[in-house]
Amino acid sequence: MAAEREKLVLIGNGMAGVGTIEQILKLGGAYDITVFGSEPHPNYNRIMLSYVLEGSKTIEDIILNDLGWYEDNHITLHTGTTVTRIDESNKLILTDNGLAVPYDKAIIATGSNSFILPVPGSTKDGVVGFRDIADCDAMLAAAKQYRTAAVIGGGLLGLEAAKGLVNLGMDVTVVHLLEDLMERQLDRTASSMLQAELTRQGVKFAMGKQTVELTGEERVTGLRFSDGSELPAEFVVMAVGIKPNVQLAKDSGITVNRGIVVDDYMQTSMADVYSVGECTEHRGTCYGLVAPLFEQGMVLAKHLSGVQTPGYEGSVVATKLKISGVDVFSAGEFTETPEHTVISAKDEWKRTYKKILLKDNVIVGAVLFGDVTESANLQKLVKNSTEMTNEIYDEVMGTSCCGGGGAKKGMSVEAMADEEIVCGCNGVTKKAIVDAVTENGFTTVDEIKACTGATRSCGGCKPVVEQILQFVLGDSFQQSAKQGICSCTSLSRDEIVAEITAKGLRTTKEVMHVLDWKQAEGCSKCRPAVNYYLGMIYPDTHEDEKESRFVNERMSANIQKDGTYTVIPRMYGGVTTPEDLKRIADVSLKYDVKVVKVTGGQRLDLIGVKKEDVPKVWEELDMPSGYGYAKSLRTVKTCVGSQFCRFGTQDSMGMGAMLERKYERLDMPAKFKMAVNGCPRNCAESCTKDIGIVGNDGGWEVFIGGNGGIKPRIADAFCKVKTDEELVEVCSAVIQYYRETGNYLERTSEWVERMGLEHIQTVVMGNDDNRKELAARIDFALAQVSDPWRKMLDDKNTRTALFEETQV
Amino acid sequence: MERSNREYTIGAVEDFMLQIGRVVHAGEVELAIFRTSDGAVYAVRNHSPHPKGGPLAEGIVSGYYLYDPLHDWKIDLRTGEVQAPDRGQAEVYPVTVEGGVVKVTLPAAVTTLN
Repeated sequence: MAAEREKLVLIGNGMAGVGTIEQILKLGGAYDITVFGSEPHPNYNRIMLSYVLEGSKTIEDIILNDLGWYEDNHITLHTGTTVTRIDESNKLILTDNGLAVPYDKAIIATGSNSFILPVPGSTKDGVVGFRDIADCDAMLAAAKQYRTAAVIGGGLLGLEAAKGLVNLGMDVTVVHLLEDLMERQLDRTASSMLQAELTRQGVKFAMGKQTVELTGEERVTGLRFSDGSELPAEFVVMAVGIKPNVQLAKDSGITVNRGIVVDDYMQTSMADVYSVGECTEHRGTCYGLVAPLFEQGMVLAKHLSGVQTPGYEGSVVATKLKISGVDVFSAGEFTETPEHTVISAKDEWKRTYKKILLKDNVIVGAVLFGDVTESANLQKLVKNSTEMTNEIYDEVMGTSCCGGGGAKKGMSVEAMADEEIVCGCNGVTKKAIVDAVTENGFTTVDEIKACTGATRSCGGCKPVVEQILQFVLGDSFQQSAKQGICSCTSLSRDEIVAEITAKGLRTTKEVMHVLDWKQAEGCSKCRPAVNYYLGMIYPDTHEDEKESRFVNERMSANIQKDGTYTVIPRMYGGVTTPEDLKRIADVSLKYDVKVVKVTGGQRLDLIGVKKEDVPKVWEELDMPSGYGYAKSLRTVKTCVGSQFCRFGTQDSMGMGAMLERKYERLDMPAKFKMAVNGCPRNCAESCTKDIGIVGNDGGWEVFIGGNGGIKPRIADAFCKVKTDEELVEVCSAVIQYYRETGNYLERTSEWVERMGLEHIQTVVMGNDDNRKELAARIDFALAQVSDPWRKMLDDKNTRTALFEETQV
Repeated sequence: MERSNREYTIGAVEDFMLQIGRVVHAGEVELAIFRTSDGAVYAVRNHSPHPKGGPLAEGIVSGYYLYDPLHDWKIDLRTGEVQAPDRGQAEVYPVTVEGGVVKVTLPAAVTTLN
């Protein structure tokens, strides 16, 4: 080491503090850095805990700085260590485990704690807040053991917690003191739309209820309200608010109000001690959202790195609810007074609501429900106190006529300050994005993402990043910034398919070479996509490229996290025989299958097969592959139907098995699920399938574009047909049209929305010749397919190379 | 326990299909062996540097990069370095091909790993 560097100690290993350190490192601030955190984890994205609870992300997914990051930057990290006092006279940081670390500068970023209502019983077992990974774990554990839960508090965090618990299968009631949910962010209209939507999603509400006691013995069993009524609950989440964590500051003699009082440079009352984040109070305000914390961190980082900066002047707060399928946004002022001019639009059919408040023609606030595409834009307009103009009105209210919108998008980005945080999840500023673009010659959002991390977490800032890109590139944006299917090319899916046909390209290598791919052999996104397009265009001659298949499709089995595989044999229409079941049982025992699971698609999944056993299991099962791993037809779910059911009007089992046999094995843009029902009772759930079929007395009704996955969508009624032959022809035509026009990995739910239902109806139903040609094309493609398990068993070289492990 | 590097003969070049990884156990170390489209052979420990681990052999190979099959991290097969925006290091071992025979050298320190 050269000259002795100043010692910087960060107390609090969370987003605000570590965000500040990251900025200091970027600015080249020369410090020896030590970080203390009381949680046993490295820095994680606290605002994404809701996703962990909801199940769409794991804790590993939300870690922002892993231990390697601390190491790489020579930062000493003490996790699981609580700082108890700052000794000003000796300039020492003292901890609960007896450490005494000297400092030259210190930052307090201790964040906040859940505010626990001071009512009798609040310390019982089964009562938690919703702030950290430990709370999240407690909620996940409770859902396994208990059924009823109450969430006290109908604000942002409370609702996210409630929805998470509902998803985990609990019966959840949100208890709220007032009559309106999220009353600190929403007006009454948006609030009641929100409540209606969440009710539809299974959350219950007890509004206008003040909790006075938590009942029960050691463990909580219920809530008692001020009106004397009670609510049973085996688990209670307190989400009534947060309380800045100021204990350390107080014990060290630092001035504390509601939060730790700081000036515009985040300086506390103690010399050389600063504070950022939820624990601070700046000009009388404590912030509980992430964007202001990054803005504070930025000012402090510059100050500590000796870079000139104006002081922090407070933030405009914007809120977004993180519940899948419930889009709510608000920024600035949201409750109208006589001083305001109000622009509002409510659509009860589409369940959307948009309100913008003006004061003296300046945009001061906005509320969105249902459709939040304008949120990033509105947040900026509010923050910059933009004056309303005709152009802005057209843009944000969606009334602009075609062709007018594109040119104006850039204006607000231009006015944005360099230090402004664009990506709140990862703390990326406008300047960092502009620099990334100018220094590296980037032309796509993906490149910016890979370099800076912007748009990487929740993706909400993507429109703004795009606008910045457009602003920096200016006129060259139009040609260059077009989004290709991945960062290897600027060509779209349609252009690639057109070039393949026009130039007669035959292999992925040829496509990538002729079309000038930036990475000669493509990436994990485009290689499988191009391989699919080639197979779709040349069904009889394209030689499938195993090396361009994603692992599951390459192996014809699903890889599990421990490297074992699952094997799912066909069970056409969900119907099996005692003989087949016996064979499945025998093989499972012989190869020590860990779990035999009934899948959602009405068949059996043998889970935990060792890689080298996979071909043997296929051989001994001697059944066709169920394609449970493929972008292809998975299953056709059926109800019992007219063969046995007293309500059945059509033979759903027979039709389902027939359709599954007909369309199996053919590659599609994404996985594909079907269902056939014998009557409108719809027991096989047609509404969540790519193609759902419902029988009735006079024929069949066809539904398309349903999905029950990440983004549920109810299928659209497509057509009614009288005969089985017509039904098959319609299914053939729809599937083939999807194969020919779908983007790789695009499910029909997205495809139907992109193409438009009416358009697909016109293509398939509007013209008999068209339909017959589509059906003929799929029949030709279907004639080329064969069972992949059999093929692999007959091809010793490939089988050995893929499944057998050598010992040397 | 021996202290010097150890060389293992792991097979003939044609045992390794182009751009399709293969698992080889060398002593106690599980390796994923890749032959890239230019014919070069690379050896990497069959364990992803991603915090959740998992195998590497089934990944998609492009040039001398490997895309982790479970987490889609992009790994340079020559150095083991994980490409931005992710960070990490896969363990790579030197490979020689002479007269069509592929050999991997494992340093003494790792021969007892796993």
